[in-house]
Amino acid sequence: MKHLLSTLDLSRADAIRILDIAEEMAAVGTREVKKLPALRGRTVVNLFFEDSTRTRISFEAAAKRLSADVINFSAKGSSVSKGESLKDTAQTLQAIGADAVVIRHGASGAPARLAATDWIDAPVVNAGDGTHEHPTQALLDAFTLRTHWSALHGHTSLGSDLSGMRVAIVGDILHSRVARSNLWLLRTLGAEVTMVAPPTLLPHGSNVWPCTISYDLDATLASGTDAVMMLRVQGERMHDSYFPNTREYSRLWGFDDARLAALDARDTGETIIMHPGPMNRGLEISSAAADSPRSTVLAQVANGVAVRMAVLYLLLSGDQQRPAPSDATRPAGL
Amino acid sequence: MGNEQNHAPATAPVSARIVLSSEDIDRVITRIAHEIIEANKGVADLVLLGIPSRGFPLAQRLAQRIAATSPGLDPASITGQLDVTMYRDDLRRSTTRTPAPTRLPASGIDDKVVVLVDDVLYSGRTIRAALDAIADLGRPRIVRLAVLVDRGHRELPIRADHVGKNLPTATTEKVRVHLAEVDGADNNEVVIEAHA
Repeated sequence: MKHLLSTLDLSRADAIRILDIAEEMAAVGTREVKKLPALRGRTVVNLFFEDSTRTRISFEAAAKRLSADVINFSAKGSSVSKGESLKDTAQTLQAIGADAVVIRHGASGAPARLAATDWIDAPVVNAGDGTHEHPTQALLDAFTLRTHWSALHGHTSLGSDLSGMRVAIVGDILHSRVARSNLWLLRTLGAEVTMVAPPTLLPHGSNVWPCTISYDLDATLASGTDAVMMLRVQGERMHDSYFPNTREYSRLWGFDDARLAALDARDTGETIIMHPGPMNRGLEISSAAADSPRSTVLAQVANGVAVRMAVLYLLLSGDQQRPAPSDATRPAGL
Repeated sequence: MGNEQNHAPATAPVSARIVLSSEDIDRVITRIAHEIIEANKGVADLVLLGIPSRGFPLAQRLAQRIAATSPGLDPASITGQLDVTMYRDDLRRSTTRTPAPTRLPASGIDDKVVVLVDDVLYSGRTIRAALDAIADLGRPRIVRLAVLVDRGHRELPIRADHVGKNLPTATTEKVRVHLAEVDGADNNEVVIEAHA
């Protein structure tokens, strides 16, 4: 594994390996000394061209728990505002001696560009690019789902996948990189995915995605799901009116108190409610739903650190000059 | 650590010789168990930490023998597994290793007498990593080392307190430990393989 750009590049074995390693990393978070020396002396650069709270903090915590040095770069207050190009920024980081680059960029494909050029040799981790992909978010969601699924069935989570799990992804699919990354990874791990959204918030071409598309949240919930993933309505990317008003959106597509009550009447906690954050409370998710025992919002944040530790460990350990034995079986780009 | 030698390019063994049979391993475990009790003057505060993958079943076997001498002692309550992957000094050189779980006994390791258990003692680098890993988990009163086979060729100033068998080897030879818990029921022996 040289870069992590898209969950499409991950085979089932790759994904399970990352989740298994993340499980060992999660155990470190419960120790008194929350630090491992694995990446001592390596430098991880967080290159954030877009605002982020939890992803940047999560990557920073992950790198620090592995004893790496962290340089945080945000486009605000940097030479990017003076017009510096991605190429010059990347070459600057190369000269500083970055061993890994975690990049978030508003343009879809910016991390792939960085990985494909010789501007910088370091492994590139996509921390969200435009409306394209956010692979570590999908991995932490899969980790959260796997923990729930294996506990529900009473088997060990190590080495297991999500076969038979039904996951509904609800909301602003059009602008969501989380939805795309999750779809590919959840399919790889054997889960069934239903996308629920108003037709205006479904991207062109989504009809050929390997998932069921629904326009009716209540019908999907009534048909039975094991997890409901609510997506944030990305107001900052909406330059058209995609729905008449927020009250109508909340009524039709939000996880409100009435839907929570209906779910509580149906089961006793087997269905979990997920949200990648940040939440618009009262819009796509009500406060009661976000704070209910079904909600995994904070578990997702905690799992994010473990998953990112696993990714950084896999990218930065091992002999990167010598291809790993299983490289021949991997799809290109990983 | 016995696995470590397997990472070398695979060449067909010229000759393979059994150095410890299943019965030999049983006798050696019994002797080391008694040595541990003798050195500790009893079973008080003992914790056996096995290093994956084959140190852990060895630690379990030792704990059973030790528990047999003192009724009322639950062997599972003094046995744990210590993964050292993240503390190794060769993470950047060898292929990426997948860490195994670390499980400590419920009573922890603070102020205990910890006996590290591994199958083969070779360069000593695994044990160095284990000592670092222990330091992050607690502060034992004493740390001792028990190994099934000491094959020499140390690269660090480390020695074992309890050795099953001292085995003079050449670096070109491989020592393979097969234990029933890991390798299947009819696979319980130590083999030395010479390579051309």
